[in-house]
Amino acid sequence: MRKLLNTLYVSSQGSYLQKEGETVVVEREKQRVLQLPIHTIGGIVCFGNVLCSPFLLGFCAERDVSVSFLSEHGRFLASVRGPVSGNVLLRRRQYRMADDDESTRRIASQVISGKLANCRIVMNRTIRDHAAKVDALALKAASEAIDRIIDRIPRAKSSDEIRGFEGQAAAEYFKVLNHLIIEQKNDFIFTERNRRPPLDEVNALLSFMYTLLAHDVRSALETVGLDPAVGFLHRDRPGRPGLALDIMEEFRPVIADRLVLSLINRRQITKKGFSKAANGAVTMDDATRKTVLTEYQSRKQDTVYHPYIEETVPIGLLFFIQANLMAHHIRGDIDGYPPFFWR
Amino acid sequence: MYSEDNLIPISALQHVLFCERQYALIHLEQIWEENQFTAEGKVLHERVDAEHHESRRLFRQEYGMAVRSLEQGLIGKCDLVELWYTDGGGVKRVSPVEFKRGREKESDVDRIQLCAQALCLEEMFKTAIESGQLYYLQEHRRVDVILGGELREKTQNLTERIRAIQQAGKTPAAEYEMRKCDRCSLVDICMPKTSGTASKKVDRFIQTQLRLMKNGDGENEEAS
Ligand code: SF4
Repeated sequence: MRKLLNTLYVSSQGSYLQKEGETVVVEREKQRVLQLPIHTIGGIVCFGNVLCSPFLLGFCAERDVSVSFLSEHGRFLASVRGPVSGNVLLRRRQYRMADDDESTRRIASQVISGKLANCRIVMNRTIRDHAAKVDALALKAASEAIDRIIDRIPRAKSSDEIRGFEGQAAAEYFKVLNHLIIEQKNDFIFTERNRRPPLDEVNALLSFMYTLLAHDVRSALETVGLDPAVGFLHRDRPGRPGLALDIMEEFRPVIADRLVLSLINRRQITKKGFSKAANGAVTMDDATRKTVLTEYQSRKQDTVYHPYIEETVPIGLLFFIQANLMAHHIRGDIDGYPPFFWR
Repeated sequence: MYSEDNLIPISALQHVLFCERQYALIHLEQIWEENQFTAEGKVLHERVDAEHHESRRLFRQEYGMAVRSLEQGLIGKCDLVELWYTDGGGVKRVSPVEFKRGREKESDVDRIQLCAQALCLEEMFKTAIESGQLYYLQEHRRVDVILGGELREKTQNLTERIRAIQQAGKTPAAEYEMRKCDRCSLVDICMPKTSGTASKKVDRFIQTQLRLMKNGDGENEEAS
């Protein structure tokens, strides 16, 4: 199996990245803080005021290392990539399928089947492990409601209908998400999903995690030659990585949400690590952001069984595998898109 | 006669001979795999450039010569071309030399590559080329290759096969073969064990997974 390469996250303001031989050097206040060989890096993500020398950018482009720039709070700004990505034949097929109602409906329903199954896994495990501490009845009710939606997916006639199911299921899931918070219950309260801006700590954490996921899925799609902008479930909207968001669906509950929940439940982060602006927007401080990044980085090294390819793989490789399976379906190598089912 | 826009890189011959899907992934879909091009290419060419550059009055060695044939529709580069001149300055004999890192192979792949280069050189120098050489770097050994009719025919057939795949514009399905796929640099992208003839029906896979999830309801999963 392909090697899992690390993503280099640079979140210290004023950092400067440059190329030195075959390595990437990170400097802060004219001090060298890190030096890594390029072949150990899969991507670089810069938060806020982080500078990269043009030679480093060129070097990364040449070595197929994606470099993304995000705002300090994780909003996507821009990315730099080399000429390697992009596959005309594959993309043409992708666009043709995205224009075809039947293909779109099928892929959307496959994506959503995976996502909803994974949502249920997250809820069911909490019921199993913490039955005494949580409102098991509410969780069970929501889990069963999602189950009924899953049963209706194969009968959906259009991708709009699938989008409707997705919305209903998301409502059920977010309604009980707060029950999945077991520790620090008074400090971390989730009532509803909001993102522009996030109005509480949980939403701030979720938004940040989703940005990280989107970045990884997007890079994976570009690696396999697909256009991350043209999706099936998510319709085209300028500036929105529709296909990346499609493939992200199945990962949200089991990677992003679970990570956020475990950071809170294990008290790795506390309410003190957040601040609230006058407009109600909640942001996390540098230390908290670093904790999230480190934890995400280490989660990517954990392994998980992939039921379709029947192999145990590092979580960080799942993005590439799913992007590649999507490319395989679009190319016609397999007769559908097999989503990732968490086991 | 082919136009300049429609030339097949000589390197494609070795890919299509190895696996038609590999050829299509690399040349039609332009999927790029690190070990294939950068790593190998670099090491080899450093060695080639380091070779002694020799030139006498009636004999010349040209390294890295770009070659093409509009007749065959091929384009590529020769590691080394050796040229013998007549006293009058005309070219008397031309011979391509291809550098190889590994050992002599059982398959025709290296000879075919050399033959394709020779076909180009024949057109460019308007001369017949009867033989070329493969130079095995590690062993410092040169092997003569006679460019006979059978080898030429094989080379041309492969070129035609490439044109046919190009025309179809479709990447052939994967067929897993352990001996081949396990040393293919595109194996992670190709996924030969789960695509093509080996692929599972996706809808059935999804139904099975959903059933497992419901029956288990997470109860018999190991703790996470
Ligand atoms: S993995 Fe096997 S089938 Fe796929 S391209 Fe390589 S050799 Fe061909």
